[in-house]
Amino acid sequence: MTILTGIFTTRFSPDETDNTLDDPKHRAPLVLHDRGFKSITDAVSDIAERSTTLAWKIGFLISLSLLGMLGGCIGYLVTTGVGVWGNNQPASWGFGIVNFVFWVGIGHAGTLISAILFLFRQNWRTGINRFAEAMTIFAVMCAALFPGIHVGRAWLAYWLFPIPNQMTMWPQFRSPLLWDVFAVGTYATVSIVFWYVGLIPDLATLRDRATGKIRQFAYAVFSLGWTGSSRHWHRYERAYLLLAALATPLVLSVHSVVSFDFATSQLPGWHTTIFPPYFVAGAVYGGFAMVLNLAIPARKWFGLKDIITMRHIDNCCKVMLATGLIVGYSYMLEFWTAWYSGDHYERFCFYNRAFGPYTVTFFIMMWCNVIAPQFLWSKTVRSNMLLVFLVALCANTGMWFERFEIIVTSLTRDFLPTNWYKFIPSPIDIMMLIGSFGLFFTLFMLFCRFLPVVAMAEVKTVIPQAHGHVHDPDHPEDSRDTRKSDFQPDEHFRPTEGHAPTLRPD
Amino acid sequence: MSTATEEKLYEDDVDATADVEPVELVGVLAEYKDVDAIMKAAHGVRNAGFTRWDIHSPFPIHGIDAAMGIKPTILPWLVLGAGLTGCAGGLILQWYCNAFDYQFLTSGKPFWSLPANIPIIFECTVLLSALTAAFGMLALNQLPMHYNPLLKSDRFRRATSDRFFVVIDASDPKFEEADTTALLDRLGAMAIERIED
Repeated sequence: MTILTGIFTTRFSPDETDNTLDDPKHRAPLVLHDRGFKSITDAVSDIAERSTTLAWKIGFLISLSLLGMLGGCIGYLVTTGVGVWGNNQPASWGFGIVNFVFWVGIGHAGTLISAILFLFRQNWRTGINRFAEAMTIFAVMCAALFPGIHVGRAWLAYWLFPIPNQMTMWPQFRSPLLWDVFAVGTYATVSIVFWYVGLIPDLATLRDRATGKIRQFAYAVFSLGWTGSSRHWHRYERAYLLLAALATPLVLSVHSVVSFDFATSQLPGWHTTIFPPYFVAGAVYGGFAMVLNLAIPARKWFGLKDIITMRHIDNCCKVMLATGLIVGYSYMLEFWTAWYSGDHYERFCFYNRAFGPYTVTFFIMMWCNVIAPQFLWSKTVRSNMLLVFLVALCANTGMWFERFEIIVTSLTRDFLPTNWYKFIPSPIDIMMLIGSFGLFFTLFMLFCRFLPVVAMAEVKTVIPQAHGHVHDPDHPEDSRDTRKSDFQPDEHFRPTEGHAPTLRPD
Repeated sequence: MSTATEEKLYEDDVDATADVEPVELVGVLAEYKDVDAIMKAAHGVRNAGFTRWDIHSPFPIHGIDAAMGIKPTILPWLVLGAGLTGCAGGLILQWYCNAFDYQFLTSGKPFWSLPANIPIIFECTVLLSALTAAFGMLALNQLPMHYNPLLKSDRFRRATSDRFFVVIDASDPKFEEADTTALLDRLGAMAIERIED
């Protein structure tokens, strides 16, 4: 119980420092309590080095058993057929596609944090980008699973790729479903590469601290012999910038392409141009909710409150609020467009969505995605970890139900009432949804146990000690960048200059 | 370094009584305390005319490229080339598959029309560019390199945590062990170590 109460400490507790205030005279510190380089290394490395705790073992065992359940369900599905799901005609896309869209969406926040916030020079991202990127990769893995088994004959899934086959046929490149294969495949590959490039220097840190032979060998293999050479850092930073610049349009394209699966069809409720931006906003909203659901316990359990500070939580809440408003606006606009179009089928579709057989899921979605984020306008709510956690949980639930609403209501009641049928999920459907969380958390717990959960090298660049003040009289033209760094030195917080940080310890 | 000096160092280092591998001086390692110190050292070493030297730090120090005189990398050009290749590859792949080798007649639409092919062209462009950015960076940095005499130094382990190091390579034309060590000392080194292989 103490573990649970401890996670949700608010700013009124003595161990939290409020750095969420915006004082224009001072830049708020991103790392609290004057932590230096060594202190950051120790705090983060210790998580991967300490012996396995009982809590981790229990958590891992639960995740692993859920993963086992997923494996069993997949085995049953592959050997029996997709009939084990609740799918039918006309609801040929059931939980399989709902879960796919849900998990792909979760991934978007990780790339937004690692790439888009990097391009916008949002330095606070350094505290959370590593595990947000890990979240992205694991979420995309969960997502990729579902279309793979949804094809029915999973052993023929290679038909999705342009590989010469015995039929001498090629995939249909004008189909959004094939765009999906390329978009999600590229997204998964680029996310893994981006994450791994970021990990190399931190793996080298763990290698240099490792005491056991096995650990040292493993970290050495994966850190590729990194020595922190400035000539290497130069190319590394350039590569990182290029990857961020490439991942930014990529992440926006992925959920746009996913939305094309629906938008290019003729079905009422799907055939709409608002889908790409609406899906991307929803993905970021749901993804940030997952970041918060993971960060709030993690910062407490791993003792990272100085690195994942209240300001990080506060900023994530604000992103959730902004994207939540876009999502709410999109819902309203869909209804307005349906009415304004004068199209009988479109109008019926949206009436049916709200007041048809799935009215309960509709109002769950409205509550979770439109009403719940409004609480985040309040600073008191944003400072209360329990409330933030609950709002984020709502958002995750709501985003799943949103996809359910979009897919199921449009499919089950289209143009002709003779085509209508109900969709009811089978127990296998529900077990596979739960099992996909098992896959996600198994991978996530392994990541927390063996890899640096915070990008140490990046966090070190945003603390005041990282900025030099030396000028070379012989090369004045070269040293002009020393002070004007991209990372905006927090000069007011240089401990050596005796400025007291304007913190408000509560 | 001349052959004579090399031999001399070699003789100095070998303990005649012990059965050890012959060692060779590959460079001098100097440890610095903080960013200001390493920036000062960077200017000092560069101004002394060294060319084969490096700075090792736990994170990228801003301004160090200029201080060391590191030339901009060609990586962006490689990525541009890869991007254009990916773009052309995606275009040709789709044209070959759907418009040339096996024509699909879908809803009376033309066999070949660009708009429907743009998403995959875009994805191919990004995929090839991103892989080139990552693997090109590793290749230009000559990584993976699992054997490095520097990694044998216990002191150097802090290069990935909280300390800053200058390494001057023994193959630098200006390298003279005594003078170079004195220079690094003058620039405020906390410790100086010979790196042998």
